[in-house]
Amino acid sequence: MHERRSPAFFALALFFALFVVFLYGPTITILILSFQGPQGGLTFPMRGVSLHWFRQLFQGIGVVDIGGALWNSLKLGIVVTILTVVASVMAGLAFRRNFRGATLLFYTAIASLIVPSIVVSLGIALEFRIADDGVKALGDAYSIEWIWDNFTTTMGLFTSGLGAHLSWTFPFGLLIMFAVFNRFNPAFEEAARDLGATPWQAFRHVVLPIIAPAIAGVALFGFTLSWDEIARSSQAMGADNTLPITLRALTTTVTTPAIYALGTVTTAISLTVIGTVLTVVTIVQRRRRRHGSDAGKGV
Amino acid sequence: MAKSSTKTSYWQAAPMALVFLLFFAVPLGVILIVSFWKYTQYSISPAFIFSNYTDIFSGCFTQLPSLCTTFSTYLQTLIFCAEVWALTLAIGFTIAYFLVFEVRTTTMQVVLALLCTIPFWTSNVIRMISWIPLLGRNGLINQGLQDVGLTSHPIEWLLYSHFSVLLAFVHLNTVFMIIPILNSMARIDKSLIEAAHDAGASAWQTLWNVLIPLCKPGIAIGSIFVITVVMGDYITIGIMGGQQIASVGKVIQVQTNFLQFPLAAANAVVLLATVLVLIWALSRLVDIRKEL
Repeated sequence: MHERRSPAFFALALFFALFVVFLYGPTITILILSFQGPQGGLTFPMRGVSLHWFRQLFQGIGVVDIGGALWNSLKLGIVVTILTVVASVMAGLAFRRNFRGATLLFYTAIASLIVPSIVVSLGIALEFRIADDGVKALGDAYSIEWIWDNFTTTMGLFTSGLGAHLSWTFPFGLLIMFAVFNRFNPAFEEAARDLGATPWQAFRHVVLPIIAPAIAGVALFGFTLSWDEIARSSQAMGADNTLPITLRALTTTVTTPAIYALGTVTTAISLTVIGTVLTVVTIVQRRRRRHGSDAGKGV
Repeated sequence: MAKSSTKTSYWQAAPMALVFLLFFAVPLGVILIVSFWKYTQYSISPAFIFSNYTDIFSGCFTQLPSLCTTFSTYLQTLIFCAEVWALTLAIGFTIAYFLVFEVRTTTMQVVLALLCTIPFWTSNVIRMISWIPLLGRNGLINQGLQDVGLTSHPIEWLLYSHFSVLLAFVHLNTVFMIIPILNSMARIDKSLIEAAHDAGASAWQTLWNVLIPLCKPGIAIGSIFVITVVMGDYITIGIMGGQQIASVGKVIQVQTNFLQFPLAAANAVVLLATVLVLIWALSRLVDIRKEL
């Protein structure tokens, strides 16, 4: 049955192995170097092994508020994930029928994916700047004291910043949903309706279990893309900073392994999320293979 | 019935449409409008002037064949595009070929494809700075080269150079080639390859006349992704170029930091037009919607 491997296989396997080393090698280097001893520097050799640079990190590097940035990124990432999942599933369902504007919406999503992020970021920044001017003008025109006293800007983590991230995560979410519903057999859902299920019951007990792994995938993209996002955030965060923005600023000022420690912490959080999602998907798929689909069993 | 189901589609698509309207369509419109505005050192004000555009191209056409700043910046960015495109395509195609035609079980294919994708879900900035301990003056590569006696001085062009920017681009973006090409390649009926072989085609002829044409949609999608990412980049070029290499994206970022918003907006419009022309050329090869 097994024919012998060709020489091409070994050449290509070697190429693949080298590519994997190329992909992971550098990151592994800084993971190791982040445990550098207190006397160690940015490069090898290791001068002892310690958690020194992690302690340094949590005591704060100079004036930079790393804890604040980490918390900002985390809460923004969670909100982005939830909104991306909900909006992508809804839009995915919508696209199963032809509606006016469907093509426009699809190509807008594609465009949002490939328009350079610096352009989107600048556009959002300008939009909110003009909105600020508008609010201030309104305050002046109607002598609204509240605006004079309290208003500074409409820009912020959960206004312009959130929007910038969603403009980046939604296209990925929509594409995943497209891929799922293109392969989705509507007979299951029709059967549920024939048996008297309401549209909501058909969705909750038939569609949702079938697309569950894809939803986990959307969540994975939603969180990791937001957690690492920098190009679109750069002009759109207002006074708040996210972790990647802070990290990028640190690359020019910090010359100790503390920056590697921050890299290790960030990567650890990413890997935890990736690992969790992949494990959940694998378990669900296995269970399905054993029991068949559990769609409908909840009724 | 038909009417109510269309209504359902509308409210289901509404949240996504609203976000794209507010945070994509309107911002692009605002950029176009502001690119005609006036600006001083601390404010911008509505106007309809073309001086932002004429500033960008001032002297560009009169002093040809020598290049003005704008043209040389675009040329440099386009050179990066071409280099990154060629490298990611060659690597991505080879990897996809290995996964589809040489790896035998589906499970192994999925595992290996995931192995290529996982780094995409981690931070780009960290993946960039992780080259520093390898490429720096006292980095592993320079230490190694000096230890074996290949060089007496550390090689300076490894880091903060054209080379390191290129390396980082390939490192970060090859995945955008692998996945679409993999997707196209996995759909190829394997008997076609056998048929080509039986008909007497050499390995190269099969590659050139059968495989590559069938992978064209994947290649086009990957190319669009890689080229647009490199065209608008300022972060990779900034960090890996030691803030010394110019790029179109960087020009926009610097002008924004100096609050020269109308000038930055005009530059953004020119960049967008350039990118759209490139995509238009590539998309003539493929219908994206069929590929999902």
